[in-house]
Amino acid sequence: MKALRQYLDNIKPNFEKGGKFEKLHSTFDAFETLLFVSRKTSKSGVHIHDAIDSKRTMAVVVMALIPALLFGIWNTGYQHFLALGQPDADFWQMVGYGALKVLPIVVVAYVVGLGIEFMFAQFRGHEVAEGFLVSGMLIPLVMPADVPLWMVGVATAFSVVIAKEVFGGTGMNIWNPALIARAFLFFAYPSKMSGDLIWVSGMTKGEGIVDGYSGATALGNAAIGKTELLANGNAFDLWHSFLGVIPGSIGETSTLAILIGALVLLVTGIGSWKIMVSVFAGGYLMALGFNAIGANDLMSVDALHHLCLGGFAFGAVFMATDPVSGSRTERGKFIYGFLIGVLAMLIRVFNPAYPEGVMLAILLMNTFAPLIDHSVVQQHIKRRLKRVKVNA
Amino acid sequence: MSDVIKIKKGLDIRLEGKAETVFGTVNLPELFAIKPEDFPGLVPKLAVKPGDKVKVGSALFYDKYRTDIKFVSPVSGEVTLVNRGERRRILEVVVKSDNQNEAEEFGAVDPKQVSKEEAIEKMKAAGMWPFLRQRPYNIIANAHDEPKGIFISAFDSAPLAPDYAFIVSGQEKEFQAGGHVLNKLTQGGVHIGVNQQMASKVFLSTQNVTTHTFSGPHPAGNVGIQIHHVSPINKGEVYWTIQPQEVISLGKLFLNGVYDASRVIALTGSELKNRNYVRTKIGACIVPYVANNVTEGHLRYISGNVLTGVNIGKDGYLGTYHSQLTVIPEGDKSNFMGWAAPGLDKFSVSRSFFSWLCGKKQYVLDANLNGGRRAIIVSGEYDKVLPMDIMPEQLIKGIITLDIDKMEQLGIYEVVEEDLALCEFVCTSKLEIQSILRKGLDVMIKEMS
Repeated sequence: MKALRQYLDNIKPNFEKGGKFEKLHSTFDAFETLLFVSRKTSKSGVHIHDAIDSKRTMAVVVMALIPALLFGIWNTGYQHFLALGQPDADFWQMVGYGALKVLPIVVVAYVVGLGIEFMFAQFRGHEVAEGFLVSGMLIPLVMPADVPLWMVGVATAFSVVIAKEVFGGTGMNIWNPALIARAFLFFAYPSKMSGDLIWVSGMTKGEGIVDGYSGATALGNAAIGKTELLANGNAFDLWHSFLGVIPGSIGETSTLAILIGALVLLVTGIGSWKIMVSVFAGGYLMALGFNAIGANDLMSVDALHHLCLGGFAFGAVFMATDPVSGSRTERGKFIYGFLIGVLAMLIRVFNPAYPEGVMLAILLMNTFAPLIDHSVVQQHIKRRLKRVKVNA
Repeated sequence: MSDVIKIKKGLDIRLEGKAETVFGTVNLPELFAIKPEDFPGLVPKLAVKPGDKVKVGSALFYDKYRTDIKFVSPVSGEVTLVNRGERRRILEVVVKSDNQNEAEEFGAVDPKQVSKEEAIEKMKAAGMWPFLRQRPYNIIANAHDEPKGIFISAFDSAPLAPDYAFIVSGQEKEFQAGGHVLNKLTQGGVHIGVNQQMASKVFLSTQNVTTHTFSGPHPAGNVGIQIHHVSPINKGEVYWTIQPQEVISLGKLFLNGVYDASRVIALTGSELKNRNYVRTKIGACIVPYVANNVTEGHLRYISGNVLTGVNIGKDGYLGTYHSQLTVIPEGDKSNFMGWAAPGLDKFSVSRSFFSWLCGKKQYVLDANLNGGRRAIIVSGEYDKVLPMDIMPEQLIKGIITLDIDKMEQLGIYEVVEEDLALCEFVCTSKLEIQSILRKGLDVMIKEMS
């Protein structure tokens, strides 16, 4: 390590003011601080600091995403061979196929996103912020496996520039960048992002589809009245949906893998339990309410089952809990989360074109999060003012 | 005794290096210094020049705008040096002690009989007025104000903090005398906040004061937190605060008629070899206390505690308000992949380092920032360590945007730097919260005057 440290110290002057590569200062700094936690010490205020920093925080979130990623890789292969009518294919065959599909998407998202982040940091003369480490993993996980790589690149670029950098970078954005990437693709290229064929790798190219296999997601099926598939013992029953052996975006299908990630976030204290719990509570209660009405097929899907379908769990655990775009006040977090759950179900049940509401629900509540915070703060101020009146 | 006020939020940072409750024998230093920077907002005007002879209690400098507020010499001897910083700002006025302890005579008065005006005048003349600091703002009190009360926190809950029960033991008479004097200054009475676990008899047996009992983690010992839970400060209201050792000095002034700058300080921190208590004086040079008494390596010498203290260097002087010296490693070395390591030796409130599995061990923490400065990302961190009905993140944002209405509504009058120090400690984005808050307080002082 010492040799590496020495090498870095040797080349460092080149990147400092007046050096040959002054323009690459942020880039150098990013790599240096990635390798070595910086030697900066406190100048004013407290003399000791908590060991946690933004890198650690982001690394923990990425770690929490790994189970969903690994499961997604396998499931991509599994669904592919299922569609081909070869459900008995070798485990490693499935993983291999999935890895070939998924990993390039991850690489493209990271390369494009980090490239832009580095450029902006350089222009601004800032350190490179780590926020994209998480976004770069979230973006692939909310894509269907067959999405063309150029679309991933375009969507990532769009989300980093328009959703994040124009607001000032990590910590300043209004919406969750990963969801903006997905929403961008959804509205710009609807044929590639919705419908029945895109969810299982290989189907868009018309590779041999076995009879009776539509490739549609559970929600897609339910929306067109095929709720029998969700009944016990069938392909999309509660158990299958919970495990995640169903078609869908890469990382969203397995509620189990997502819950493992949730556990990591909750134990480390990095994800807000208030938001997670209230999203699930909002979704569950709303679904129960719809069960009671039962006016269309999606309404009568069991409430617990609803939570395991589509991107609901993924959104609740990894998207809604983004501290930057979510509500920042403790009380606001309950309201914010609950409304995400409610809206997700509402959109899911009533939107005829697209039976997946979580993405839009979270983006909508991202928009309203500052309003929620504002009213929480105003209430707080009112209570404080009352204190003065009682005393007077 | 009154009910116990339980402080729930907060954090005890388990640092290694607590001082043993015994007195060490170290000779007093030769040099002493009073530092104008210890008094926020003060514009000092020198009363002496290098070469002047001074006695204990002779004015070294005074407040330019309130000329009756004097800052006096803790020892007798000769003014040797006036250190100046940028734009000739006075950093420290150094006095070389002649060990004679010749003192200015201010005359003894019965603390029970003294009138308010007489007490104020005597405190000002003897340079004791600066011990009274006001909330809001934590600046030197204004004698024309009518405070809601005078509040004394009788325990310090900061990391490695000195044990006041040990420090004041045996000085009941002086403390009581000081208490009587303080009682003359306010209609609101004198309040003492004591710790449930280890309240000293000195405090509990004091007459003419109201005792409030607190329990819980730091910052339960901060006087601002205690005031908030007893009778919070609203706009236009003022509390005065004073520390236990200063009350004793005050008592001695009225009993004996001289200024007594004696202080007991705790020598703490992981890098000190002999950690104990020593009898010294305000503004003492720390050299005798650290000479041959520290470990190897680049160290940081802090007057005060690790959260709110001042970095004074290895030959610096103790701050006027401090009862503690802390020595920790500077930590200016880089740590290979430190953000990715399991981190068994790292202290963190979050459980993202595996050290939370190691139980209640004590940690050696250095002054490294452990990361780079970022925009505010994580939410809800500050709330967990501020036991007040205040939204710290929103308040800080209000200060950064200089929104005076917001600052006022969100309670800037109730907090000073030490109350938000833990927020700065836990901040993932490494914001300098205390210095942001000071800027906000300065703006409010200007705005309100």
